Amino acid sequence: MQMSTEMYGIIAMFMITVLLAIPLGRYMGKLFSGNSTWLDPIFNPIDQLIYRISGVDPNIEMSWKQHLKVLLSINFIWFVLAMLVLTNMAHLPLNPDHNPSMSADLAFNTAVSFISNTNLQHYSGETGMSYLGQLVLMLFQFISAGCGMAICIVVFKAMKEGTTNTPLGNYYYYFVRSCTRVLLPIAFIMAVLFLLNGMPMTFKGKDTITTLQGDTVQVSRGPVAAFVAIKQLGTNGGGFFGPNSAHPFENPNYFTNMIETIAIALLPIALIFTMGYMLKRKKLAWLIVGVMTVGFILLLAPTLVMETAGNPAIAKMGIEQNLGNMEGKELRLGAAASAYWGIVTTVTSNGSVNAMHDSFMPLAGMCTMLGMMVNAFYGGIGVGFLNFYIFMILAVFISGLMVGRTPELMGKKIEAKEMKIAMIIALIHPFLILSGTAISAYLYAHHPAEYAGWLSNPGFHGFSEMLYEFTSASANNGSEFAGLGANTPWWNIADGIVMLLSRYLPIIGPVAIAGLLAQKKYIPESAGTLKTDTVTFGLMVMAVIVIVAALSFFPSLALGPVAEYFSFH
Amino acid sequence: MNHTASKQFLNKALLAGAFKQSFLKLNPAAMILNPVMFTVWVGTVVMGGVCIWIAGGADGQGSLTYNLVITLLLFITLLFANFAEAIAEARGKAQANSLRKTREDTPAKLILPVGEMYVNEVIVVPASKLKKGDIFICETDDIIPADGEIVEGLATIDESAITGESAPVIREAGGDKSSVTGGTKVLSDTIKVKVTSEPGESFLDKMIALVEGASRQKTPNEIALTILLAGFTLVFIIVTVTLKSFADYAHTPITIAAFIALFVCLIPTTIGGLLSAIGIAGMNRALKANVITKSGKAVETAGDIDVLLLDKTGTITIGNRKATQFYPATHVDPDYFKQLVVMSSVSDQTPEGKSIIELAALDTVMLQINNPRFIPFTAETRCSGIDVGDMRIRKGAADAIRKICENAGNTFPEDVHTIVQSISSKGGTPLVVTENEKVMGVIELQDIIKTGIKERFERLRKMGIKTVMVTGDNPLTARFIAEKAGVDDFIAEAKPEDKMNYIKIEQASGRLVAMMGDGTNDAPALAQADVGVAMNSGTQAAKEAGNMVDLDNDPTKLIEVVEIGKQLLMTRGTLTTFSIANDVAKYFAIVPALFITYIPALQGMNIMHLHSPQSAILSAVIFNAIIIPLLIPLALRGVAYKPIGASALLRRNLLIYGLGGIIVPFVGIKIIDIIVANFI
Repeated sequence: MQMSTEMYGIIAMFMITVLLAIPLGRYMGKLFSGNSTWLDPIFNPIDQLIYRISGVDPNIEMSWKQHLKVLLSINFIWFVLAMLVLTNMAHLPLNPDHNPSMSADLAFNTAVSFISNTNLQHYSGETGMSYLGQLVLMLFQFISAGCGMAICIVVFKAMKEGTTNTPLGNYYYYFVRSCTRVLLPIAFIMAVLFLLNGMPMTFKGKDTITTLQGDTVQVSRGPVAAFVAIKQLGTNGGGFFGPNSAHPFENPNYFTNMIETIAIALLPIALIFTMGYMLKRKKLAWLIVGVMTVGFILLLAPTLVMETAGNPAIAKMGIEQNLGNMEGKELRLGAAASAYWGIVTTVTSNGSVNAMHDSFMPLAGMCTMLGMMVNAFYGGIGVGFLNFYIFMILAVFISGLMVGRTPELMGKKIEAKEMKIAMIIALIHPFLILSGTAISAYLYAHHPAEYAGWLSNPGFHGFSEMLYEFTSASANNGSEFAGLGANTPWWNIADGIVMLLSRYLPIIGPVAIAGLLAQKKYIPESAGTLKTDTVTFGLMVMAVIVIVAALSFFPSLALGPVAEYFSFH
Repeated sequence: MNHTASKQFLNKALLAGAFKQSFLKLNPAAMILNPVMFTVWVGTVVMGGVCIWIAGGADGQGSLTYNLVITLLLFITLLFANFAEAIAEARGKAQANSLRKTREDTPAKLILPVGEMYVNEVIVVPASKLKKGDIFICETDDIIPADGEIVEGLATIDESAITGESAPVIREAGGDKSSVTGGTKVLSDTIKVKVTSEPGESFLDKMIALVEGASRQKTPNEIALTILLAGFTLVFIIVTVTLKSFADYAHTPITIAAFIALFVCLIPTTIGGLLSAIGIAGMNRALKANVITKSGKAVETAGDIDVLLLDKTGTITIGNRKATQFYPATHVDPDYFKQLVVMSSVSDQTPEGKSIIELAALDTVMLQINNPRFIPFTAETRCSGIDVGDMRIRKGAADAIRKICENAGNTFPEDVHTIVQSISSKGGTPLVVTENEKVMGVIELQDIIKTGIKERFERLRKMGIKTVMVTGDNPLTARFIAEKAGVDDFIAEAKPEDKMNYIKIEQASGRLVAMMGDGTNDAPALAQADVGVAMNSGTQAAKEAGNMVDLDNDPTKLIEVVEIGKQLLMTRGTLTTFSIANDVAKYFAIVPALFITYIPALQGMNIMHLHSPQSAILSAVIFNAIIIPLLIPLALRGVAYKPIGASALLRRNLLIYGLGGIIVPFVGIKIIDIIVANFI
């Protein structure tokens, strides 16, 4: 009975996510096509004010290169600002708990982490961050999600069929609209719901309570509700407190857990429907959502089974585990909801957690890693689709050949230049993860004494911890396997570099491809053209994802979670 | 069609030559053009070094025999890949050579404008000495020594050496049938021919050069595919290199042989090894269909064709129209009309003209034709006729005749107009006959549509190709035949520039257009089309403008060319899929083999239950090597194209080559492992 209620809970969460994503996607489609929406009277003046203050003209047409230039410069300016605040927050206002400034390497890691929508945290919010710092990070959670959404809209525009030299619109226009008309209103509603469920929202410092035993305990608080809303909505995942959404102030009850879980995948799925609306290709949108969902379920199902079945090592001791594997989980949320969160947060590059992935069963842990290794089953806001787009290019190329035509996507021919970019982008992710892990493994293997502090569990599990860390950084996910002593210069800097490269190159690549294709001559469809909105093509994309993304990690997974699994049984 | 070269496809000399070539191609400068196989080459060299190292007493790398076997297997993998390319080249050359051989030492009767003794002296030289611009003479029973254009005379020629077609053809100076091909034989009469290419630069020579490595350029699609394959290779370099430190961490030493074996098995060697063979085989298939391609790109483009321009005559309808009925105008005596009709056609040597006389069945001698003056057909007047005394008989298209009548102040009778309309609507061609600018009646000509052509168009439609019929007929007739034959569109009353405009309009909307042509006025359109197939009998200008030459002069050849192009791309696509899908099984063979000695728990991953780590690695490498020669026949033959729509085709190929690519190596590696296990 217990189990089935939990199952209904996760089915409800998934259904609500999709049901909300459909109208939201259509609303966003209207928004970015410049059509009028019922919120215009409220937001038009706000947008106009922003344009006037910043002195930008939202009506100028931009080339794909100009779009990228604007995106990169926005990000660079905010990065510098973040570095300044994080390294000096001890002397700045809004620091009632007198938390110290960050070291340069930790500030670099944190700034990169938030600007890149990764939100990997090598600090604990309670002791490592002032409220001003938290506010800056909160702003970043809007900016990075808005940047991702806006650049994804540019690619949608570029995919428009039937035109040669397709116009791509204005980046500022997309960016401002993403923030003011999508992220802000939804985050506001969420924050109000969180407040009603007891989440703190204050600028006061630590509170002191006296427990039943009579001890006094210092309890950290702060502007949590607002922070958590955008953390979940913007595929960010950077928690206000160290334990993230496992902390009762960040996720007080099952209801808030549902809202937070739904918010994780809401925008990534809605954006696909936005594409369907903007390109008038609803069927294609459903196909993409379908492929992503199949991938998601393929990862979710084994995770659910293993987490709800419990730990065989504990079972051997004769201890009953009818609640499932509860190590590292919150009793108020349960094994199923934690497993569901674990997968949804890793496939989407959100990275918030409500349970410790380190304590998942080995193959469940592997599924969370695979979600990040693929990084395109829903994926981060905007960037998830961009990654999927690269897989589509590769799939179209191979399957185009298989039907006897030089390959084309949405009426544009894919040639050497696009293939070169697509291949480089497809390579970056495995390259960053594997080489980062390889260097770490090498350092640890050859200097075990010096780096002993890194791994709390040596052996296969320790390897998984390192692999997970780089996977999370490269997927711009930000969740951690825990158990890894990550606040050292090596991890701060290496992760920082990985996050930078894996954020911006996979944005630049697909935008360049889409921009190049947009300039090409449009080829009308014929009976010989490969249709991209068929189940067969969906299967092909899935095969490419499995072979390119998953198989490159086969040997490393064999040495981590797979070896751990077999040594369990 | 007679494929003269087909008997020698796989003879001993060919195999021996290809065998030798596969060693010569080991030259690193040549190997580097193929990034996938080049990495195998590097791996082989490294393994060679490792063997020497072990022989010198190195420890921990496995036995010398085992390492030598791995090295040898990698070397054989390279040879197999080179052999695939060499055999494709050799077949292409054999085919082209058999076409070329006949003319190499043919004696040529060269005309020297200023000779040693006379002006226009004729001397006999070997064909290989002929230069571009030289003029030679060919008499009855001579073999034409070189490609050229007739500058004087007319001859019947037996082209069976090239086309396999035994019926002689007529070639004459001027007009669109002025080209002769080296190796063909003059059956009657004498012609003077101007050489059109330098020795070694004929289309055939160019094609041979294209097949040979040196001047073969990668086509755009081949380049894009090479990038994809190089990308996959890079991924697996990363996978293999990083594995070294993972293994260090896990305290599981891995031998160099195992690293290289893993790498070579994972990279797409199957498609990498067969890629250039597939490209060459595409050109060979074109040549087998008696089409000379001027570039590999043209074959590739053919697969993408969206629109096909076909001449009605000879392609859709059998040769020529025939007169089927006479319709005298009201108040005109049928017998008198018959006389007029015959008189109008006595000088008309066109097949239509002859069919009119045939139908009338009158003895022309009976008619008294004194001092006739023949008025030939011209494109401007669009009518022909005869003047006998003060009698002016004209025969021509209805609108042309109407103009003549109305200019003379006569009306064009309503009943004749009705007849014209009804003939046209039945798909016939009406020819209106006048006497002294007065309409006398109408001749009905009918087209006969080739059998089976409708099915071919249906097939093309399923391939997504729009067929367009080009005809000089009026729109009504054109529509009728178009519907009857099942073409999608037509250009009626076509002038050469109409073809050109049609092509340009289609191209502007992004479509690729193919056409076939022979005349000089086709040349601009042939050049404009994405695939222009010139008939070998056509003028030099047409042949220069197109990017393929059809030796058979068969207008339906375009359909075959399109299928060859599609086959080429499909073969690449399916073998790429197969090659990459193979990795799944290879992972399951090699990865457990790397670790189980030190991490026995991973035995659970050895789902194929391979005998031992060494036998698993050997089996994977052996499978990887022998799959290349096993697929050579498929690479050369090409994957069969089925016009069942793109999605169905993808489903089919994905099932055969994708799913097959996953299953086959599981079975293959297991079988090889069972055999190998007996030896270790």
